[in-house]
Amino acid sequence: MAIKVVERRPLTLAERTYLPQILAGLKVTWDNMVRPSVTLQYPEERPTIPKNYRGVPTLVMDTNGREKCVSCQLCEFVCPPKAIRITPGEISENATNAHVEKAPKEFEINMLRCIYCGLCQEVCPEEAIFLQSQYSMTGLTREAMVNNKVKLYELGGTLPDGHHKWDKKKEEAERQAHEGH
Amino acid sequence: MEKLLTDFVLSPAWYFTAARGVTLILIVMTIAGYSVLLERKASAWIQGRIGPNRTMHPLIGWIPFLGTFLMKGGFIQPAADGGKFLFKEDALPGHVRKFYYVLAPIIALAPALAVLVMLPFGEFIHEGKQYAISLTQGADVGVLFMFAISSLGVYGIALAGWSANSKFPFLGAVRGAAQLISYELAMGLSVLTVFLATSAPSEDHGLSLVAMVNAQSGAWNILYHPVAALVFLICVFAETNRHPFDMPESETDLVGGFHTEYGAFKFGIFFVAEYSHMVIGSSLFILMFLGGWHVLPWMPTVGSGWVAALLGVATFFLKLCFFLFFFVWVRWTIPRFRYDQVMRIGWRVLLPVAVLNLLAYFAWYAIRG
Repeated sequence: MAIKVVERRPLTLAERTYLPQILAGLKVTWDNMVRPSVTLQYPEERPTIPKNYRGVPTLVMDTNGREKCVSCQLCEFVCPPKAIRITPGEISENATNAHVEKAPKEFEINMLRCIYCGLCQEVCPEEAIFLQSQYSMTGLTREAMVNNKVKLYELGGTLPDGHHKWDKKKEEAERQAHEGH
Repeated sequence: MEKLLTDFVLSPAWYFTAARGVTLILIVMTIAGYSVLLERKASAWIQGRIGPNRTMHPLIGWIPFLGTFLMKGGFIQPAADGGKFLFKEDALPGHVRKFYYVLAPIIALAPALAVLVMLPFGEFIHEGKQYAISLTQGADVGVLFMFAISSLGVYGIALAGWSANSKFPFLGAVRGAAQLISYELAMGLSVLTVFLATSAPSEDHGLSLVAMVNAQSGAWNILYHPVAALVFLICVFAETNRHPFDMPESETDLVGGFHTEYGAFKFGIFFVAEYSHMVIGSSLFILMFLGGWHVLPWMPTVGSGWVAALLGVATFFLKLCFFLFFFVWVRWTIPRFRYDQVMRIGWRVLLPVAVLNLLAYFAWYAIRG
């Protein structure tokens, strides 16, 4: 293959005066100046958060308003920085959701420890804990940075998935009992 | 009223002169303050940002529309900046030469204000005679005085760098002094070219800036002397220590340059001095090359008396604003030259160009007779 020698052109007089380049540069900065700015006025304007954003971990309820967490504590055990602390609790016999095994008495996520890894969401068999779109977590004390159960449900809201796993289980059990198995 | 205004502009009485002086200093200081705002705003726009738009005084903020406009434009920011400089602890480092350390900012600012004495920025035709709107009624040595005094500003920089008694300020000061000497020559020669054209031996106005502007009522000097104008403009950039000739400051390699050891109000004075020098340099360029208070080349004066005078001052002010913006625009466009490049441009490019330019005009006048 033939070697092609690229000519290395010396700078012209115009280039050595810098002036055409400076004028071209002024044109570039002028174009930038008349372009609208990209700054987001943060506290007043908020960025749009993508759907798959992994923000502060939260607890969710199902469409019937039942808390989905059954306090199996898998998330607590898998949590690498040990940010989650669950106090398991019983569900009383007369409650409407008595057919669900357990519910957390208290559920705390220490946001000073949380590393937003999302392992809790991944490990949860009940799809009860999700990293959602809240990206700004601030507090003036250490206590304020620990999200308790009330706060977690407040942040989490309802997950409209429509699985109703425990209701289906109950129906199935009733059907089988009815058929006498 | 008319009499008072006329006296205010023209009267040589000491109290009117003092009133003019105070007004002029206030105006230039305000322009310097708002140049800082312009610098911050323009740099923000160039970089796709918004710039200062939060500072507000609560009393002004209550005014609908105007308050919002002033806040978005950052118009209270210079006052806030000044107040911050004024109320910060005025630290005096232990290792500095104290007397000169305190003296340096004063010496940096004083020449910039002193040259205002000779700065004309408009004309006023009164009873058939032309008067310059200026602190004094101009003088034949106007431009000479301005060059002589404004160059003294570098003593402030040199003194600041030396008295700070540490490495980087000293380097910055030495660079500043060397740069000033290098560019003063080319600047003087380019100015000489222009005065050669306008001050023929038969005329009696000598080195007066007012006469220089009057000579440009037809064509502006920039049309006849483009090379001199270019050399002068580059030298103004170098002498005001603006980018790309920002040698004394050189934040990247000299920390803060000559004012590294300064803080609070003394730093603020250096800041104001730099912008005052920009105002002076731009004014000189406008007076000598851009027709001063003439609106357009070959355009006759509009109106008469006060109307014409105010229009002239407004024209001058607009040109000044454009130049201040141009300084900022250039700063955020091109990077700083290396120190050796600055020296090479000064001695091996600008000086020969200025000399050849002067010789060419000499030859032209000699041949033409």
